[in-house]
Amino acid sequence: MIVAQDVAKRFGGETGVTAIEGISLSIAEGEFVSLLGPSGCGKSTFLRCLAGLETITGGSLTIEGKPVDGPPERLGMAFQRDALLDWYNVLDNVLLPADFHGERRSAYEPRAHELLKMAGLTSFAKAYPRALSGGMRQRVAMCRSLLLDPRLLLMDEPFGALDALTRDQLNVDLHRLWERQRMTVLFVTHSISEAVFLSSRIVVFSPRPGKVIEDIKVELPGERKLSVRDSAEFGHYTRHIRGLFESMGLLHD
Amino acid sequence: MTDARTAAWMTRLRRRSMPFIGAAIFIVLWELFCQLYHVRPVLLPPPSLILQELSLAPLWFAEQAMYTLGITLAGFVVAAVLGVLFAVLITEWAVLDRLLFPLFVALNSVPKVALAPLCIIWFGTGAEPKIAIAFLIAVFAVVIDTILGLRSVPPDTIDLARTLRGSRWKVLTRIKLYCALPHLFAGLKVAMSLALVGAIVGEFVSSQRGLGYVILSAQGMFDTPRVFAAITILAVMGVLLIEAVSIAERLALPWHHSTERPAGH
Ligand SMILES: Nc1ncnc2c1ncn2[C@@H]1O[C@H](COP(=O)(O)OP(=O)(O)OP(=O)(O)O)[C@@H](O)[C@H]1O
Ligand SMILES: [Mg+2]
Repeated sequence: MIVAQDVAKRFGGETGVTAIEGISLSIAEGEFVSLLGPSGCGKSTFLRCLAGLETITGGSLTIEGKPVDGPPERLGMAFQRDALLDWYNVLDNVLLPADFHGERRSAYEPRAHELLKMAGLTSFAKAYPRALSGGMRQRVAMCRSLLLDPRLLLMDEPFGALDALTRDQLNVDLHRLWERQRMTVLFVTHSISEAVFLSSRIVVFSPRPGKVIEDIKVELPGERKLSVRDSAEFGHYTRHIRGLFESMGLLHD
Repeated sequence: MTDARTAAWMTRLRRRSMPFIGAAIFIVLWELFCQLYHVRPVLLPPPSLILQELSLAPLWFAEQAMYTLGITLAGFVVAAVLGVLFAVLITEWAVLDRLLFPLFVALNSVPKVALAPLCIIWFGTGAEPKIAIAFLIAVFAVVIDTILGLRSVPPDTIDLARTLRGSRWKVLTRIKLYCALPHLFAGLKVAMSLALVGAIVGEFVSSQRGLGYVILSAQGMFDTPRVFAAITILAVMGVLLIEAVSIAERLALPWHHSTERPAGH
């Protein structure tokens, strides 16, 4: 579905900052790929290139055979800060994609309510974002990105600002959702265990300029419970990735 | 429960009454000063005399105040509507920004008071020239604050709008205008008080009615208490007009205030 060949992105002309360089990666339909890497290595930049928010300065990047030149169709995106609109209530926020696509609101209202119910937010449909906690806001943002059944979901540290407990819950929810809908997901995170828990595949980036230094296929039982994190295979994956970070000189004991 | 509510009510009452206490202290000191030092009313009349002046012809004063209020509101509304339109045009089309904004700033640098006589030539001696002056003085604040507001959309929100592939119209009406609202209201408050200034300036230049006319004609007869009576009405009117904009702001931005925590605790 996604094919990146030698993708490079440099900010600000010849003497500027090279964020990513020589990224070659192909991602099949329905994969859940996590991007892991040290801070500032260009994970967000790569995601933004895929979303059509930045133009690449080298290589080629195609989605379903078409070069990316603007936000692709049926894209859902989740941001680190939830980017909810303060002036709309929860329901209107979730319905925003339909509104922007020029769809009739009433046609999508049942779907929005269904998503809110799934996220446990039914009673907050009429509340303003300001009245919600960080975790609830992030769940609203997820409902919004799912409204139009995206085929590609790009998530940039969506749970980065949440407490561990809320984060675990949202991880379980997100994984269940992906099992059901099988859209393609690219998920940027700093948490090794989050990446192993969620992904079917983990791509590890080197420090800036970011390159792919390891591409790991994760094989864990399909139906994931949090207890999977205590299993031997899980520990095997996290140890391996931590080892990679140590060898990059990013972690010491 | 009821105790807590009474307590909350008392704090509200106390906070509400603060400005009035401040004004009362100011008036009492003024009165005392005039009485103790036997200041001549032609120089500075005591508040009691101003009140007396007002009570002699309340209807006449009310009529003059209404005239000035009408001019102010008309100038304000025209400034608000045209100012927001202009700001939207300039932020939506970069060409217009480069073409018109410097001109706009240059025109604004001309002292508007100097334009007042011109307005009389162009619009005659009715209400129109006064409305035009009120508009000219007030519009700058609306334009500048609205432009600031329209450009204050957070980067994440802009990215969101782009990934949703919405038309520019949707981005403007669903996102930018809402982002601009808090700034717009700050500008409207300034514009309201400037419109009042403009109305008075217009009446100074040529008028047979309004508080500006009252001030000018009373001054010609050294009737200082009447000047002060008109100024007092102006001051009260200014406070009420700004308060009206604040109330409109609270109504227009429920998401800003409805869940606000009470200050100070
Ligand atoms: N708009 C920009 N202009 C200039 N430089 C930029 C811009 N965006 C990112 N960069 C640079 O590109 C590099 C990669 O940034 P990016 O945000 O992609 O990193 P990241 O891997 O997402 O980091 P983190 O994990 O901390 O979010 C950084 O060195 C950053 O300074
Ligand atoms: Mg990032």
